[in-house]
Amino acid sequence: MKKILLPLFSTFISLLMGLLLGSVIAAFADENPLHILQIIWNSGLGSKYDLGTTLYYANALALTGYSVAVAFHAGLFNIGAEGQLNMATLMVAIVGLTFPSVSPFLGIIISFSVAMMAGALWAGIAGLLKAYRGGHEVISTIMLNIIASALASWLITLPVLRNTENQNPETRQLSLSYFVRGADPLVKFFMDSPTSSSILIIFLLAILLWAFLFRTRTGFAIRATGQNEVAAELAGLNPKLMKVIAMLIAGACAGLVAIGEVNGHTGKFLLGFSPEFGFMGIAVALLARNQPLAIPPAAFLFAILHKGAGDLDIETKNITRDLAVVIQAVVVLSISISPWLEEKILAFMVNHKWGAKE
Amino acid sequence: MKNKFLISVLWSFLFTLSSFAFALQAATNSAAKVPIRVGLILDKGGKDDKSFNSAAYLGATLAEKELGIQLKYIEATDDAAIETMMRSFAQKKYDLVIGIGFAMTDAVKKVSPLFPEVKFALIDAEVPGANVTSLLFEEHQGSYLVGALAAMNSKNKKVGFLGGMDVPLIHRFQMGYEAGAKSIDPKIAVIINYVGVDSSAWNNPAKAKELSLTQYRSGVDVIFGAAGASNNGLFDAVEETKKLAIGVDSNQNWVKPGLVLTSMLKRVDVAVLEVIKETNSGKFKAGTVRFGLKDKGIDYAVDQYNSKFFTAETSKKMEKIKQDIIAGKIKVPDYYKK
Repeated sequence: MKKILLPLFSTFISLLMGLLLGSVIAAFADENPLHILQIIWNSGLGSKYDLGTTLYYANALALTGYSVAVAFHAGLFNIGAEGQLNMATLMVAIVGLTFPSVSPFLGIIISFSVAMMAGALWAGIAGLLKAYRGGHEVISTIMLNIIASALASWLITLPVLRNTENQNPETRQLSLSYFVRGADPLVKFFMDSPTSSSILIIFLLAILLWAFLFRTRTGFAIRATGQNEVAAELAGLNPKLMKVIAMLIAGACAGLVAIGEVNGHTGKFLLGFSPEFGFMGIAVALLARNQPLAIPPAAFLFAILHKGAGDLDIETKNITRDLAVVIQAVVVLSISISPWLEEKILAFMVNHKWGAKE
Repeated sequence: MKNKFLISVLWSFLFTLSSFAFALQAATNSAAKVPIRVGLILDKGGKDDKSFNSAAYLGATLAEKELGIQLKYIEATDDAAIETMMRSFAQKKYDLVIGIGFAMTDAVKKVSPLFPEVKFALIDAEVPGANVTSLLFEEHQGSYLVGALAAMNSKNKKVGFLGGMDVPLIHRFQMGYEAGAKSIDPKIAVIINYVGVDSSAWNNPAKAKELSLTQYRSGVDVIFGAAGASNNGLFDAVEETKKLAIGVDSNQNWVKPGLVLTSMLKRVDVAVLEVIKETNSGKFKAGTVRFGLKDKGIDYAVDQYNSKFFTAETSKKMEKIKQDIIAGKIKVPDYYKK
């Protein structure tokens, strides 16, 4: 019980601190904090359409959250989810445009495999560099982000890919074999909002990743590598390989953002479609303490904040969307004090002989 | 015969009656009129880009002062959110939603049919629809004019062009500018650079400055910047090198007095003000409106900051080119019709 309840409690405290500080700022800006919370709530969950949009953000945030979390378990800090998801989305669009006339069934299978492979490869480069050449993954993933966006910027200008119907920097529309949004019952349910059935992936992944990390040998080896590389090696594990595997899985998770975007939302690659999902994913993973099962709710929460932020601009006089970013930042900061908080609570419980029966 | 007469009398009677009723209704309408609500969505440059978005914001705030409308503006910080924001405005029953820039095209296309009672205005792109008005500008004509002026002021016979995002719209500026410069001196060299290919190019002064400095160092003496907020990088570069720059969209002569040759005005402010006025008086018209040299929707700026460049002779030359374009004697190449 302590193992689950304590982190839950301290996470709740950090959330509360974020909202509290947000409210204080709102009060200073001459706005009623309750009104602000109400705006964010309504904007995020107010109607089926709003909920759908929130789920669309939650989908991408959860996937990048997994990406960061899995790498964390191997002791790696993956800042490259942004580049991985950009590469994956771009590649799905390119492959889709190259083979336009396949059956929708095959189209989906191709999309999934291309998305996961492209993401995994992009992250794998950083993993290999780290494991066998000691190149720090923070540096190399940041570099790979920049390379990915530069590569996309260039590819998008090629006449074979470029959409000439409007001036946006985007690829042409994929055929209906890939762009299956029209046949998606969830799209209709959410009143044509950006979300799609791809949201189901994140629930499946939560269970799969939990089982993998905590119930398999490889998962154990990855966690052992993350906790103490030398000990893992002495115990006969292969930390280098584990790091590469962790990065491959991380990349594949981030790559799956492409499914929701290309197959489920726009049917094309739009340069800069992601409002830095990759970086928000770091915050999501932190909030969820890298626990796969906790990531979907954490992502949902950040999605509400992200979605609600836009309406702050419209509905209030003095508050802009930046307040939502402030709340997110405070939540992440307060999470860093939660180990200390948990220690204090534990000490208190021991001193007062709470939970002695356990 | 008598019957016919009776009928016509009856008709005219009916007609006057109905027109009275109409007038009465209009009068009561204007008496009890609530100010319309206008939502303005700016693109990545933001309202302080001193250029394209600033012009739009200026027009809207003017309307706010003059007509007492309710104005709310939003800056699109990410492309995915544009549609959501447009929908937010429409759902909240705003009377008019104005999208600034072609990046809003898809959102208007998707949202406008869903909210037939809301009016939409779109700058720089065309979307069909009974509740959409598309406001376009003849940028190539103004660019031709400033191109000619640039060539007249270039000692090294080398002028530069700095585009923001590499898209057809800015190629239209570029083409007009090149043609204008070559009309003065067919052998003049035109150096062309673009800041980037995605919408962040509108707001990347650092890169714009590097590109401008490189151009100036290679002997270019006038650069026309059509790059939104990135133009600030050009202005930093012109201050360092003490050469000449040409501003865009808003009047940017004041930004670096004496170093800005002129600004090619694209009166987004006028367009925004007009469309708000029309909607406010219930005369919103769907369709496409084009602003050009003739109606001063496109122009070049002369004020106290750059008057030293406009000698009597130069002014006369420029005015003649302008009249020739309006009269159709000069055909300015148009990238859209290439």
